[in-house]
Formats: sequence, C-alpha cells, structure tokens
Amino acid sequence: MTSFDDERDLAELKARLHGQFDPVLTEPIPARMYLRHPAWLDYARAAILVTLGVAIGLALPLLEPRSAPVVATYSPLPVRAARAHLVYAPEVRHPVEVDAKEQDHLVKWLSKRLDVALTVPVLAREGFELLGGRLLPGPEGPVAQFMYQDASGKRLTLYVSRSRKGANVTAFRFAREGNVSVFYWVDRDCGYALSGEVDKPTLSRIASSVYRQIEP
Amino acid sequence: MDFELIVPYIPNLRRYARALVGDRDGADDLVQDTLERAVRKFHLWRPGDLRAWLFSIMHNVFVNQLKSRKTALHVEIDEEMIAAPMPTATGSDVLDLQRALDRIAPEQREVVLLVALEDMTYADVSRALGIPIGTVMSRLSRGREKLRRAMDGEPAQAGLRVVQ
Repeated sequence: MTSFDDERDLAELKARLHGQFDPVLTEPIPARMYLRHPAWLDYARAAILVTLGVAIGLALPLLEPRSAPVVATYSPLPVRAARAHLVYAPEVRHPVEVDAKEQDHLVKWLSKRLDVALTVPVLAREGFELLGGRLLPGPEGPVAQFMYQDASGKRLTLYVSRSRKGANVTAFRFAREGNVSVFYWVDRDCGYALSGEVDKPTLSRIASSVYRQIEP
Repeated sequence: MDFELIVPYIPNLRRYARALVGDRDGADDLVQDTLERAVRKFHLWRPGDLRAWLFSIMHNVFVNQLKSRKTALHVEIDEEMIAAPMPTATGSDVLDLQRALDRIAPEQREVVLLVALEDMTYADVSRALGIPIGTVMSRLSRGREKLRRAMDGEPAQAGLRVVQ
C-alpha cells in the first residue's frame, strides 16, 4: 500500500469513527458519575462547604489562602489559578479553546458566561501577546482563562472568576504554588489571578499593568 | 478541588470508552472507575499533559477489568471478549464498525482509537499506554489491518451474525 493510500485510508477510518462516536461528546454526563460512590459524595459535601467557605472567606476583610479552617476543602483563588495554569500552559496543540484571532467573539462569549463585562489586557509592551482563552468550571460557576505568550514561548495565564455579591476588595497579593508564581486580587466584580513560571519582579510588573488596565 | 480540572476531559473519556467497550453501561462504568481513581491519585499527577495522564489511568482500569473478567468468567471468555453489538445502533454501517472494533484485540483497539478517534500522537499514545513507540506503530498497523478486513466483509462467526 502506498503512503498516499495509507493516509487516505486513515482519514476515512477517522471520519467513520468520529461519525459514530462524536455524539457521545454532547451526551449529558450521568449524575452517577459524580455521586455513586462515597468519594463523589465527599465532593458534593465539599461543594456545600465551598459555598459556605467562599461566602465567609470573602466576607473576611483579609483573604489569606488557607487561613480560615472553614475553607479547608476549597482551593483558594491563587491555587486554582496556578493549577489551571499548570494544566493548560504546557498544552502544545490545544492551549486555548478560542484563538486570539477571534478576540471579539472570545470576549463576548466569556463575558456572557461570567455575566460581567470582561476586559482583556494588552501586554504587548511587556512582550506578551494574547493567544486566546477558554472557559473553565469553577467552584461557583464559570471561570475564564486568558493565555499569553512571549517570543520565547513562555506563557502567562490570567484567571478570572466572579466574586460574590458584597465581597471585599483585596489588595494585590502574591502566592507561589510549586514553580508557578501568582499575583492575585479581588475587586467588586471578579477575582483575578495572573500566573506564570517567571520571577516575582517580572510577574509583579506585568500584574501591575493588568491591574491598571482592568481597574481604571 | 482537583475535580474541576478533570471535568473538561469527561466527554472525551466517555467517547473513547464507548468505542473501546462497545456498550453504554460498560463504557460509563469504565469512565466512572477512571474518574474515581484519578481523584484518588491526583497528588501523583505531575504538571504536564493531564489528558494523557487520564487516558493512562483509563488504560490501567480497562486492563484490570479485562483481567478480572478473564478470571471470573473463565469459560465464557470468548463471548465476553466479543461484546454484544449495541442494541441502539442504527444502520448497517454503524453496526459493522462497532462489530469490527469488537473483533480486534483490545490492545490493538486501544491504539487504533487513541490515534484515529482521540487524535493522539504516537508519543502521547506511548505515554498513555506505557509502551514503546515502536509497539504503538506495530499495534496500530496490525489493528487497522484487522479492522479493515473485518469491515470489508470477512465472514463473521455464526454466533455474531446480526439478525435484522
């Protein structure tokens, strides 16, 4: 068999497999996948604690990661942001869901899902271009992640989740999760976290720029 | 909560499991066991390709299921290994594809599906299944060859014929 035939044959197989099995992708996920076993029940309980924890945590004037025992089952904003960074930043083929080429659509879509008008900061002066963004599930609802990349391929992610009504605004804070540095803050509408495997002064400079663009 | 990070991959895990196992309930059991194990072992995940890691867990669960089935149902192994065609399937083409998949060896079926359905590179498959790239390539080519012959109407065994 020639390599051309072989490729055509593989393409045909792919098409048939996708034709038959792609409908599974959009089937609703059965509830038992979350709830059949105790491990999953723990998650349901955790979700309730998360809601409580977030309400109480955000009501505290100073939101420190892992400070209040009641938020023990809930990963704080910088931790969630750093983990999301670690999952998606190394992705070679699918770093983002919507490419920066469709920036208008991206911003509209994520703004609609988060129910808040989002601003995408421009970081060209800091040497980073927008790659695009994606929607992620968060403990309280949808979360947006924007990804940036510099000329050397280094990536930063900006994680944006809605804050609760009446949440206290927090100042700029720094956290480190493994190799990932995170600057984060909470304003009236949203919590923001900028993550990257870069040194603290650099990230601080970029985070200040993000902050200035988002909080005019 | 680490579960949040895994959720986006559930649809892909389900699609792959459906093709691998054949019937909906068996496939969803496989996904369920995979998710539980992933949550338990999440601390072992090292930043990198989460998708490949999840598929490697599914592979281990799948292999264990095959093994336990083998010991539990020693006598019925042939019938068990050749899963029944999906009763909900429509059209003969669909049945043929599912049936053909069911008839290739599980380790070849895994490679064929990861490459042709999940669009993984040989390196991804090698990581997910814990086998050398050379083995990925040989299983892929043998699996595809068998699949092609099965779909091209190599006579089915009497017990497998679908009565319509």
